[in-house]
Amino acid sequence: MNTEAIKELLYKMADDLLVLGHRNSEWTGLGPILEEDIAFSSMAQDKIGHSQALFQILHTLGEPEPDTNAFMREAKQFHNSQFVELQNDDYDFSTIRHFLFDHADQLRFDSLASSSFEPLAKVARKIKGELKYHVFHADIWLNKLGNGNEESHARMQTALNHAWNYALGIFEQGPFEQQLIAENVFEGEASLQSKWLAVVSPIIEKANLKIPAEKDWAPVLGGRKGYHTEHLDQLVNEMSEVFRIEPGAEW
Amino acid sequence: MINSLDPRIARENISADNTIAPLTEMDNWETYEVFHQKKRGDQHVHVGIVHAPNAEMAMLFGKEQYGRRGLSVNIWVVKTSNVFASEYHDQDIFETVPEKQYREAGGYKVMDKINRYKKENKI
Repeated sequence: MNTEAIKELLYKMADDLLVLGHRNSEWTGLGPILEEDIAFSSMAQDKIGHSQALFQILHTLGEPEPDTNAFMREAKQFHNSQFVELQNDDYDFSTIRHFLFDHADQLRFDSLASSSFEPLAKVARKIKGELKYHVFHADIWLNKLGNGNEESHARMQTALNHAWNYALGIFEQGPFEQQLIAENVFEGEASLQSKWLAVVSPIIEKANLKIPAEKDWAPVLGGRKGYHTEHLDQLVNEMSEVFRIEPGAEW
Repeated sequence: MINSLDPRIARENISADNTIAPLTEMDNWETYEVFHQKKRGDQHVHVGIVHAPNAEMAMLFGKEQYGRRGLSVNIWVVKTSNVFASEYHDQDIFETVPEKQYREAGGYKVMDKINRYKKENKI
């Protein structure tokens, strides 16, 4: 099996989850109501946990140990899509991102549950329930706000328009796409994207929202290759500030 | 501007004379009573309340507040306003005269012992 190809796959997944987990955790204490604050924070922790499981696999493939890998790299060494590094903005954008990303994430892990790379398949099977709850949560919020009042509907539509091309960037293809498919490690980004479209479209429609016209689709790419917005610098600096004071510290 | 040590707050450029808006009617959601089942076949047990705008979201929050630690297989949520409750000033309806003990359900406890015995001895 091609280790470089697997590493590339693991890094982009782990970084997506770490960065979005951190972003979502920024709502802790600032969420719209107490119950939702707790729910969203708890899911943010789940995401960090999922990223840790992937960093752990990377470690077994010779990469640095998880904490070092997560906290000692510079922004340009991250493989996450630009979508997950964008600032939280308001709860409308955070909810839309949670919805669009988590469906892609669930479908990705769902297909990886039968990956020929067993360590990854094992993680995918283990976190299945958490992912199901995450999209459950996202769907309910999307429906509630999309069908809420005029203001909530307008804000959700604006957030969706803003998020859409970034969300398409989740499916940026990597250099090892064909090998991963041929070796039954991963089904490939193109296949994943079409599955995702088929799943999110009816839910968006039910929420009375509209996906931007296909002629305007322009995936925001580059994140997988280390091209990021200034927001990732800010995030990485804040996220790793404490760790970098004393990298070897025992917690 | 509010100058906070918390970078999340500092980034927001919140004006220092920012006053807290008073609550309006829509700011408060209804409450739902949450019932939690530890394993199939068990009774659902009341565990607390959550605020939510509808039953679906109440279920999400109920799962999060009361079901994320320990075992859970099922959750019920019921709108608090749908619960018909007795009044505390009618508490005396539960009082009973002492010589009616033969009518009380205390004797049923022995069923637990019998069932446990059957289970342990596979009868």
